[in-house]
Amino acid sequence: MQAVISGLLMGLIYALIASGLSLIFGLMEIVNFAHGEHLMLAMFSSFWLWALLGLDPIVSIPITILILAVCGIATHYFLIRYVLKAKMLVQICATFGLAIFIRSFAQFLWTPDFRNVADPMLSGRIEFAGIFIGQPQFTAAIVCLFAFIGLYWFVTKTETGLALQATSQDRQAAEVLGVPSNKMFALGWGLGLGCVAIAGSMMSSYFYIFPDVGINFSLFAFVAVALGGFGSILGCLYAGIIIGLVESLGGLLIDPSFKLLYVFAIYLLVVVFKPQGMFGRY
Amino acid sequence: MSDLNLAKQEPVFNTNKSMVYVLFGFLGFLILFPVLSPSQFLLHLMIMIFMHAVISQSWNIIGGFSGQISLGHGAFFGIGAYASSFFYVEFGLTPWIGIIIGILICAVIAILVGIPMLRLSGHYFAIATLLVGISFQVVFQRWDLVGAASGLWIPLTSEDSYYAMQFHSSKAPYYYLFLIFFVIIFFITWLISRSKLGYRLRAVRDDAQAAQSLGIDVAKHKIIAFAISAMMMAPMGSLFAQYILIVDPDRMFNFEISIIALLISVLGGIGYVWGPLVGTIILIPLAEYARIFFGGTGGAVDLMVYGIVLMIICVFKPSGIISLLPNHILHREKKR
Amino acid sequence: MSILKVENLSKSFGGIHANQDISFEVQPGEILGVIGPNGAGKSTLFDLITGFTKPDKGSVIFQDQNIFGLRPDKISNLGVGRTFQKLKPFADQTLLENVMIGAFSKENNQKVARDKALEIIEFVQLLEKRHHYAKELSTGQRKRLELARALATDPKLLLMDEVTGGVDQKTIPGLVELVKKLRDRGVTVITIEHNINIIMDISNHVLALDQGKKIAFGQPKEIQNNQKVIDAYLGTVDAA
Repeated sequence: MQAVISGLLMGLIYALIASGLSLIFGLMEIVNFAHGEHLMLAMFSSFWLWALLGLDPIVSIPITILILAVCGIATHYFLIRYVLKAKMLVQICATFGLAIFIRSFAQFLWTPDFRNVADPMLSGRIEFAGIFIGQPQFTAAIVCLFAFIGLYWFVTKTETGLALQATSQDRQAAEVLGVPSNKMFALGWGLGLGCVAIAGSMMSSYFYIFPDVGINFSLFAFVAVALGGFGSILGCLYAGIIIGLVESLGGLLIDPSFKLLYVFAIYLLVVVFKPQGMFGRY
Repeated sequence: MSDLNLAKQEPVFNTNKSMVYVLFGFLGFLILFPVLSPSQFLLHLMIMIFMHAVISQSWNIIGGFSGQISLGHGAFFGIGAYASSFFYVEFGLTPWIGIIIGILICAVIAILVGIPMLRLSGHYFAIATLLVGISFQVVFQRWDLVGAASGLWIPLTSEDSYYAMQFHSSKAPYYYLFLIFFVIIFFITWLISRSKLGYRLRAVRDDAQAAQSLGIDVAKHKIIAFAISAMMMAPMGSLFAQYILIVDPDRMFNFEISIIALLISVLGGIGYVWGPLVGTIILIPLAEYARIFFGGTGGAVDLMVYGIVLMIICVFKPSGIISLLPNHILHREKKR
Repeated sequence: MSILKVENLSKSFGGIHANQDISFEVQPGEILGVIGPNGAGKSTLFDLITGFTKPDKGSVIFQDQNIFGLRPDKISNLGVGRTFQKLKPFADQTLLENVMIGAFSKENNQKVARDKALEIIEFVQLLEKRHHYAKELSTGQRKRLELARALATDPKLLLMDEVTGGVDQKTIPGLVELVKKLRDRGVTVITIEHNINIIMDISNHVLALDQGKKIAFGQPKEIQNNQKVIDAYLGTVDAA
């Protein structure tokens, strides 16, 4: 039961990270291979805001969101814009190159050391019916869930969100209707990395922060997006939770050192047998 | 009709005589190079160039010829390294045979992994290879038979030994080992590129449906390409293991190998036989010198360089450096 | 003795019948024209016969062999060639290389395949363009490229999706002439064609589809006067 709860909590975080990735993919059919590195940047942003200005990660969420959104828009304007019409190979290499660059640049600036935010506002554990849950984990999951709902609401209910959807379905038709696709793409990157910023901020309260931290998260995000169906945001929620559960239950029941492999196995099974994703429209 | 007959009499491959001389001259120079008593660092640099040229050629076969983007190709490097070392450490089997075993193991694994995975296309395949590549590292980090995280330590011989493939007095024998494999593998690639298989692989890459309509079994060809590619990677792992004499999961399954295989190919020019060589000659000295220049800081400067180069190439010259060559040379090369 | 016999071939995508119980026969050496308004299921029919889409039910007998549900490459190797409505040349390769890839389906020898490819390129009258990259060719030339490439696999039956679609007026007669020459070579042809005049000119038989169903099959003259066809097709589309 303990494992189920902690898997669920982790899954909600995965879901938010993955939905950012999925949003970007749905919009322009580009997989952001630097997604994990963006997450790492978000965590470092929280860390430095704490270390230099004494702001608790919770307090600095808006700042981190802003930083990452700017980062996303910059990614679009300086890199993605140029490879939009290129072959898929080139697109993959471009974001992959970005990932390598961000990661090694972080290592160069901040060394590969592990850091953590000492004594964050969120700490300790809460007990509920004999189950112990870390306070920061719990809060993080709840915040991520709300952020997810907010994102879903934004994309499906607001006018801008609908414009975003229109662009993702048919770029040209949307342009004809007066939706500037370039702006929408930039918005997509801003939003996508905004999601990552929230997840990163929340996790920096209880996770070690180091340049390679994003790798596993981005792998899980890829898996989640593939499971949920590329481009489907709601799919990410289910897929994120499934991954969280598989990870923690697999670790509990079989062997925790192979956690990664269980999740990968799920990915391979799903894409080989049901390439359109489990819940996806596409 | 006469036009047709003229066309038929055109040589199948218009190989330019002078290009052939240049190639053989270059090869002769490479063979004689150690005799000029270069510094050990220069030998090391050359060895790294041979190794990376082959690694990226291996990637080029699957990525450039058959069009599947593999992000976990380093796995085959690691498997090759572990195969030859394991048989030497455990049974005293000479690495010469170990290399062949490694090649065979990689072929089998490529086929087994390839059958389900090559049905995927595009992003799905790329992500799957990324995951599989990392999975291999995870498995080897925890596999006690091969020393788990600490890896295999190849027992050192007291003096140079061809049986054990260890040379302590000079890097020159290693140089020749890498050179031999480099020449063989580039020759094989050149043969493939102008064979029926090469034509059909390029067809699969350019348009899988059109290829199918011409009777090409797309899945089979992708698997063949994947297996050939894996078989080229394996001996580099084995030789590198003999070169540094330590085989551990973090080094041999280093993600950097997968990155660099892809990067060099993209930099040099994907799908060209000589693309990987061009890419290597530019990138490896750059990276090695960057490492020395910034040495000690521990920062991943070489990786940073790779990342920047990769982005710049994607934005400005996605067809690679080789496409900057004068068109007539390129066309000749392209026509194969 | 028919070369191709299609019986009750059906396919639906999510409840929509793209093809429903389609049956017809093709005689060796003839040209069969397939007509119908947009969305009638013509291209789907081609995809079902050539294996690019898995049919739901029915049978497709090609030369006494059931090719229903086989993989496209197997069907091609048995002697059924095709071209695509949306052209699919190997863009980064030369015309000669494109056609050689086709020739390699039956030949292993480099030189033999090359000679064969050259002969076919001459047949489609593009010999002087043989070293041009496919991406440098015009639409009409690329149609010829596709035709040559398919022809290089020695098909006994060739399915051509919109030979004259998307090319300019001047190019059309040459392409039509080519299709006739194909028949003279002994290749049986099924062709999708929007231009009614061309269909009436070249076909021995015409199959008319509408909304996934066969509405008529017969000689061009009969089809022209068939009320169903006129209602479905000639009536709605300006048949220039």
